[in-house]
Amino acid sequence: MIRLRELNKSYHLGQHSLHVLRDIDLHVREGEFVSIMGSSGSGKSTLLNILGILDDYDSGAYTLGGTLIRDLSERKAAMYRNRFIGFVFQSFNLLSFKTAAENVALPLSYQGVSRKRRTELAHAYLDKVGLGAWATHLPSEMSGGQKQRVAIARALITKPRIVLADEPTGALDSKTSEQIMDLLSGVNAEGVTVVIVTHEQDVADRTHRVIRLRDGVIETHGHASTDA
Amino acid sequence: MDRLYELLETLRAAKLRTAVTALSVAWGIFMLVILLGAGTGIERGAENGFKDDATNAIWIYRGTTSLPFEGQKIGRNVALDDEDFEALRRNVEGVEHITGRFYIQGQFTVSYEGTVSSFDVRSCHPGHLFLENTIITDGRFINELDIVQRRKVAVIGPAAVDRLFHEKRDPIGEWINVNGTMYRVVGVFRDDGGEEEEAKIYIPITTAQMAYGRPQQIHQIMFTIGDATSERAQAIQDQSVRLIAGKHHFSPKDKRALRVRNGVESFERVVTLFARIRFFIWIIGAGTIVAGIVGVSNIMLISVRERTKEIGIKKALGATPWTILSQIVMEALIVTGVSGYLGLLAGLGVIELVKANVPPSDFFRDPEANFTVVVTATLVLVFAGLLAGYFPARLAAKVNPIVALRAE
Repeated sequence: MIRLRELNKSYHLGQHSLHVLRDIDLHVREGEFVSIMGSSGSGKSTLLNILGILDDYDSGAYTLGGTLIRDLSERKAAMYRNRFIGFVFQSFNLLSFKTAAENVALPLSYQGVSRKRRTELAHAYLDKVGLGAWATHLPSEMSGGQKQRVAIARALITKPRIVLADEPTGALDSKTSEQIMDLLSGVNAEGVTVVIVTHEQDVADRTHRVIRLRDGVIETHGHASTDA
Repeated sequence: MDRLYELLETLRAAKLRTAVTALSVAWGIFMLVILLGAGTGIERGAENGFKDDATNAIWIYRGTTSLPFEGQKIGRNVALDDEDFEALRRNVEGVEHITGRFYIQGQFTVSYEGTVSSFDVRSCHPGHLFLENTIITDGRFINELDIVQRRKVAVIGPAAVDRLFHEKRDPIGEWINVNGTMYRVVGVFRDDGGEEEEAKIYIPITTAQMAYGRPQQIHQIMFTIGDATSERAQAIQDQSVRLIAGKHHFSPKDKRALRVRNGVESFERVVTLFARIRFFIWIIGAGTIVAGIVGVSNIMLISVRERTKEIGIKKALGATPWTILSQIVMEALIVTGVSGYLGLLAGLGVIELVKANVPPSDFFRDPEANFTVVVTATLVLVFAGLLAGYFPARLAAKVNPIVALRAE
């Protein structure tokens, strides 16, 4: 599903150059449940940006579901993001003036899906995350856990090939984190590839494989202990 | 439709911002419409001032020589007479309707069957009818026969009809007493030149010359010149002055020997003046609108910066730069469009109020923002909206979706 070959990325800050990712080779198969761990500055955010087609890379190759992601126009990048990737963010990133259902339906509006159909689907996905009764509520009326569940529904509504979650439990207490991880596990169980970026061992432990990143280099491809 | 809904939602989310933005544009358009309406009002007032007199006319008054000529010293009074009148009538090509005036000083006591009032009496030739835009509403004006036979006939205005006849009786054929002399009323006129003009009584110039002064004497000669251009009017004026100069022995270059007023020239001067005023008003109006545009643009820029995160999220979820760009432009367009339209309506409303409540005068009359103004203002609005939205929209389209991933 995801294949990175000898991928390099540097940032140029004036005369200094910062080599953030060095010769990254990575393969995530379809249906895998993977976590990427690393301390801050390890390059995991950059890696996530590249995986999410939010940033470009300098050399190497990134193929997503057989499509080479390289030097895309902004329009094309937006289209691939919309079709292939579901995002779950640490700070939920719901639009505050839209109801839960409208937030969930948003990605479909960029595909030209009719309002009626969008609303139907949004309700269905909200049901799926257990928030069917909250469809008309604004994010400000919801708890952190509920907001993240709305965000997950939004990530799933376009039937993406992968779900990229950036510290999805970073803003939540441990009990709610558990619930969110249950939900993401469930998503994965339905066959969706899920990649989680986290620095929490508990979260990483729930995934099937942990990729450790240090100073822009992949340390281990090892499998997490599956005691969960 | 879907886009529109999205837009209205965004605008609703920032009511105060939207209202403030809208106000600046509404104010701009409001001011433009008011200015243009007032401009029309002033212009019409001035035009109305001209309405009384024919604008295609040349007025010649007596003067005093200021240049020595043929051995004669300066300071001679130049008198006009019937010969000058005839000479101008016969010899100057382009003269259309011509009349002289013999001044009868002061107000005359006029009575009819015991009713006494006082009026200005003005003596003239038949051509006078066309010089003061006098409209005959009953009977006739002074004719050639009146002139030749020095008839004691009078043409009276609405003021005289009101005051002497109380509108009870048809004044035509009645005899009125003007300072002891009986005149028969042959016509009634109306004049758009105002109350003063309507309180006149016209009598034949020859009758006046005989009764109140010297035969032959004329104080003033006026004539119309059809649709002559300003150059042609000047040529006719020069020819007339030369003709009179030849007869009365003064230099044709003497500007003071005769006083001449050329209506074509002054009318054109006024027309040009108003064209300039209108141009000026557009500049001021455009300035106000530009201020509005800058205001909208500024507020939109702030709004885009405030919404960087929101735009980033949308882009991460699949919004293309074009989607974002068009949304911001549409937003500006709707805000400027709707508020501008309200400003336009408010402006038109104020103009109508002024029109209904301010009495028309020579300074101000019938203010109006006409169709062209409204259409132009609308086009300006749309353009303003696009312009106001463009720069903020470009900024928005450039937002990097990575911001969506940053925690607050």
